[in-house]
Amino acid sequence: MSNPPLIELQGITKSFGMGAAAFQALKGVDLIIERGDFVAVMGPSGSGKSTTMNILGCLDVPTSGVFKFRGVEVQALTRDQRSLLRRRYLGFVFQGFNLLARTSALENVELPLLYRGESKKARQEAAEHALDQVGLLPWADHTPAELSGGQQQRVAIARALVTQPDVLLADEPTGNLDTERSLEIMELLARLNRTGITILMVTHEMEMAEYAKTIVHFRDGLVERIERGHKSGTPLAEHA
Amino acid sequence: MLGMIGATMLLALREIRRHLLRSFLTTLGIIIGVAAVITMVTLGRGLTADVQEDIAGLGSDVFIIFPQRVDPNIAPPPFDDEDIRAVEMQIPGVEGAAGSVQSSTTAFHNGQDWGTTVQGGDNEFFDAQSIEIIEGRPFSDREMARGESVCIVGPKIVEEIFVEGRVIGEQMRLGNVSCQVIGMIDERANAVGGGNDADDVVFMPLKTVQRRFIGNTDVQFFVVKYDPGFSSASIQQQLIDLLRERRVIQEDEPNDFNIVDTAEINDTVNQVTGVMTAVVTVIAGISLLVGGIGIMNIMLVSVTERTREIGIRLAIGALAREVRLQFLTEAVVLCCFGGLLGIGLAFGLSILLASAIDLPFIFDPAVNILSFVFSAVMGIIFGYYPAHRASKLDPIDALRHE
Repeated sequence: MSNPPLIELQGITKSFGMGAAAFQALKGVDLIIERGDFVAVMGPSGSGKSTTMNILGCLDVPTSGVFKFRGVEVQALTRDQRSLLRRRYLGFVFQGFNLLARTSALENVELPLLYRGESKKARQEAAEHALDQVGLLPWADHTPAELSGGQQQRVAIARALVTQPDVLLADEPTGNLDTERSLEIMELLARLNRTGITILMVTHEMEMAEYAKTIVHFRDGLVERIERGHKSGTPLAEHA
Repeated sequence: MLGMIGATMLLALREIRRHLLRSFLTTLGIIIGVAAVITMVTLGRGLTADVQEDIAGLGSDVFIIFPQRVDPNIAPPPFDDEDIRAVEMQIPGVEGAAGSVQSSTTAFHNGQDWGTTVQGGDNEFFDAQSIEIIEGRPFSDREMARGESVCIVGPKIVEEIFVEGRVIGEQMRLGNVSCQVIGMIDERANAVGGGNDADDVVFMPLKTVQRRFIGNTDVQFFVVKYDPGFSSASIQQQLIDLLRERRVIQEDEPNDFNIVDTAEINDTVNQVTGVMTAVVTVIAGISLLVGGIGIMNIMLVSVTERTREIGIRLAIGALAREVRLQFLTEAVVLCCFGGLLGIGLAFGLSILLASAIDLPFIFDPAVNILSFVFSAVMGIIFGYYPAHRASKLDPIDALRHE
């Protein structure tokens, strides 16, 4: 068999609650994501896009169906095995930045490396490199309170990048930012995508989704429509 | 694994740094508990040492025997030289016995005078009481046998009426008895309960004081030194039997003398110290328990407050046991800091209090190390449940937590 796709979802369902109160968030999702793609997941609230992202992020397991990541069936893994999978292959960026307060940008970024038991020197070098990638090296000693929202999100992206993940999962990464900062973040994501990182992003703003190569529309727990062949980067990207 | 522990320690230290005031307030219980225990134990050690030094001033393995009134209107008969010889000869295990008498007097020298005590005692008495001659010489056999007018002075006398370095060979006068100074004794601790300054004394041979100051051959009290290989209780019983026989005491009558046993005083002091230690241990246990509950409380608050952070850590791949280890380490590090601060506080407090109540300061490393280890153990005990709770959080719920 040839190289399996990076991500493969087959007939994924997810139910919450029991009996009459049960709620089926996903009703049979099929989706294939190849390496190097930049996917925007869109849809109204309650359409199942966040549930799908949680499953893709190996934070949650489906009620039924098969989720293969790099050919490995994730739903069969234990909690700790999924943790190790996230640690090795995934990076997360959240809407609310979720940086540790009163902790410098550099220390925030090196946090994931602490769980790998790497040396202090290796941690610092990797963290500085990641901060450099998002253009914040001069702000390495600043705490989140001393940074703007856009800068905080860039620190969060650096934290996701520092482990050199295969996939970056971004849940509404521009949800808390104004348009100008949002576009800067999208520029950054598009640039990272061009270096080979696969990006999965949830957004409800078409303007942001325009940066993606693939747009997946969710509705009522199902994939409604997939737009492929978007060219990553918008006219704004030309100066990059 | 070592790298993991190093990283966890680093995270714990950063966390404590982020909440310095709260961390300090949290550990206050531990700090106070540890400080209280160490201070009490240190002062207890000082007290014991102090009392033991006092007892050592009485001589070790000795009995001190003196007459005691049974009827308040009748003075008990004094001892005499015959009694002392009998004790020496008849009781196995007795190494020596020596009598003594005391009288108040005034010492004159260099045109100065000083109210003091003249005490009669021969060289054997010095041995039994562990009195050391640091300058000059002890009495000669001839001086003791003939009751000659020679004296050995206490350091207080030297300080008051002599010129430093011009003591031995000088003449001095005690009341109207003139004598030659032949020696000087070392400083001594005051005996337990004794009101007199043990250094404020002039020794002369027993016979000299009996003849020139008292006017009879009675012995006011005598000391018995015994071989520590013998049972002190058995020797004490034989002493009682012998003295009752010699003093013709009927079977139903009480003793008209008292035997002070320094070993017994030692035991009593040890008992008191033991009780004190037990009480302190209980108080310490309670205060550390309260401190531990404080730690647990704050750790639970911390887990709730940092739910999102735990979510982030889990999302970026921390294992449940790593999150647990992290919170456990935080609790332990917090408690260890508390322990260290407590030890520091106790150190200062002990020195201060010891000097305030005039006790020696005796640093006891065992108590300090034990307290520190105990604080760490408190951290493990009271940090485990909050840490376990943190590790069981669901990453999705935790990330959603507001």
